[in-house]
Amino acid sequence: MSQQTDVFAGRGAHGVRPPLSTAERIGSVVWYQVVVYKRTWRGTIISRFVSPLFFLLSMGIGLGSLVDARSGGVGGVPYLQYLVPAIVAVQAMWVSIGESTYAVLGNLMWDRMYQTMLGTPLRVRDVLAGHISAVVGHIAMASVIFVAVAAAFGGFSSWGAVWCVPVAVLTGLAFTVPVFAFTATQESDSGFNILFRLVVTPLMLFSGTFFPVESLPVWLQPIAWVTPLWHGVEASRAVALGTVDPPWLALHLSVLVAFVVVGWVLAVRLFTRRLVK
Amino acid sequence: MSEGTADDVLLEARGLTKMFGSFTAVENVDFAVQRGELFGFLGPNGAGKSSTMRMIGAVSPATSGTLRVFGLDPAADGPRIRARLGVVPQEDQLDQELTVQENLWVYGRYFGLSRAQVKERTAGLLEFAQLSERAKDRVEPLSGGMKRRLTIARSLISSPELLLLDEPTTGLDPQARHLLWDRLFRLKRQGVTIILTTHYMDEAEQLCDRLVVMDHGRIVAEGSPRSLIEQYSTREVLELRFDAHDHAEYAGKLAGIGERVEVLPDRLLVYTEDGDAAAAAVHSRGLAPLSSLVRRSTLEDVFLHLTGRTLVD
Ligand SMILES: Nc1ncnc2c1ncn2[C@@H]1O[C@H](COP(=O)(O)OP(=O)(O)OP(=O)(O)O)[C@@H](O)[C@H]1O
Ligand SMILES: [Mg+2]
Repeated sequence: MSQQTDVFAGRGAHGVRPPLSTAERIGSVVWYQVVVYKRTWRGTIISRFVSPLFFLLSMGIGLGSLVDARSGGVGGVPYLQYLVPAIVAVQAMWVSIGESTYAVLGNLMWDRMYQTMLGTPLRVRDVLAGHISAVVGHIAMASVIFVAVAAAFGGFSSWGAVWCVPVAVLTGLAFTVPVFAFTATQESDSGFNILFRLVVTPLMLFSGTFFPVESLPVWLQPIAWVTPLWHGVEASRAVALGTVDPPWLALHLSVLVAFVVVGWVLAVRLFTRRLVK
Repeated sequence: MSEGTADDVLLEARGLTKMFGSFTAVENVDFAVQRGELFGFLGPNGAGKSSTMRMIGAVSPATSGTLRVFGLDPAADGPRIRARLGVVPQEDQLDQELTVQENLWVYGRYFGLSRAQVKERTAGLLEFAQLSERAKDRVEPLSGGMKRRLTIARSLISSPELLLLDEPTTGLDPQARHLLWDRLFRLKRQGVTIILTTHYMDEAEQLCDRLVVMDHGRIVAEGSPRSLIEQYSTREVLELRFDAHDHAEYAGKLAGIGERVEVLPDRLLVYTEDGDAAAAAVHSRGLAPLSSLVRRSTLEDVFLHLTGRTLVD
């Protein structure tokens, strides 16, 4: 077949291809993740779209009617509109952690796709940046859909809601990148249970999602301040409700960026240690 | 033998050493591969073949020594080196959830090939791997040999100048093995340099222009298959099987016949220039082997002599 001779003709005579640009390197890894997602998206529907919707209905609308009737909302804001921007941030955390644990360990240990990539011109940081970019895509997609659905239920009072999406992406990254680093240290998936029980669930409960942190016992409040979720929730709420206080917003975003930067340095180091032997 | 000048040296290792913690997997090895050569690493399990291949493939940093691939240092220019390599690792690393063709498409993109280029090449490569009918099937249910062939096809998607094959034919049936040999010769004729490791002596003998025998992380011999056989073995081998639990007890009775006797669990090997004469001598001593066979020396005999082990897994 001519097709076949074509494949073997001139092999090695192609000369040296120009080096790939950073965008091409990262893009090739993102493309792999897109191909994978085309095959797995059905399995993510429940955790990604149905769970947040249940929260919206039960807490926002169910509990919300009680709160609004008793105390006129939280600080004058209807409970649903108080809660929804926070759920956007919480969902970003969920998606991030869902995409940075089993999938990453699988690529490290089970199908060894990272090792495969590192046999090509890609470098450790390309592989990481590519996979993390794909996770950003997941977070953005989930956030956009949830914001649209919540808006239909009256969860937002202004167009500030659209700003919830970039805030959610940053919040998600503040989890994704450090959790990638954490996963690089794991030899099995048993560590993830600890992560879910000790980090994800307590953070959701104590980061000012359902009620202001100030309602917590004083000794618990500082915990919220050092976790990314509280900063994400506060920033998301401020942009959605139009109550932005620039220095505070800058502080929240800076903390989130700090998590991303420190996580990145750790992740590159730990992935290199794990993969380059 | 290639009569290359220094310019034709595609790959050169000097004093190359790889340690894992305090364990030395590859110790102070020297070798050079010429452009266009088909070069082999032969050695028992744990000899350090894969560790060496991984250093050449610029995925595993050397502990000490110098290594130059295309004249480049893997420690500094890993991506530039890897862009010109095709790699078949010892263990298949395929995405089992994706289809056969998706595995190729995705992989080609890592080399900067466009989607169109990748798709165009895939058809021919699948033909080569005899996987055309399985193109749209998931990888997971494929047989081991099919996955191996897919990994080999994948390594070719970027038109590599240098192909690194770590036990490429393990798990392939004889027909697929011979087909691969044929394709490797074709690639070689087109100027592709090929380095492979293998456990199959016939493979090494048929394919390799030159090979090194590794044992315990060191290179114990180097040369063409022919020259290795001439250097480390005799022209013929007489294989004797006796009705005995321990063949060692018969070794003494053969003293003086042939140049050397190797004792294997199930048989004795008498190394000699003239197998029939040696067989006659055995019978004239009143020894009655269950079976007696004269054959030419192979790399297997070289290997046995050098490492004291057979390579049959
Ligand atoms: N990542 C690693 N960490 C620790 N030891 C290793 C590592 N990789 C290889 N080794 C050790 O180095 C030695 C050489 O291994 P290598 O895989 O290079 O051998 P090989 O010649 O390819 O063997 P085989 O024929 O079984 O594939 C072995 O003793 C192995 O246990
Ligand atoms: Mg090996």
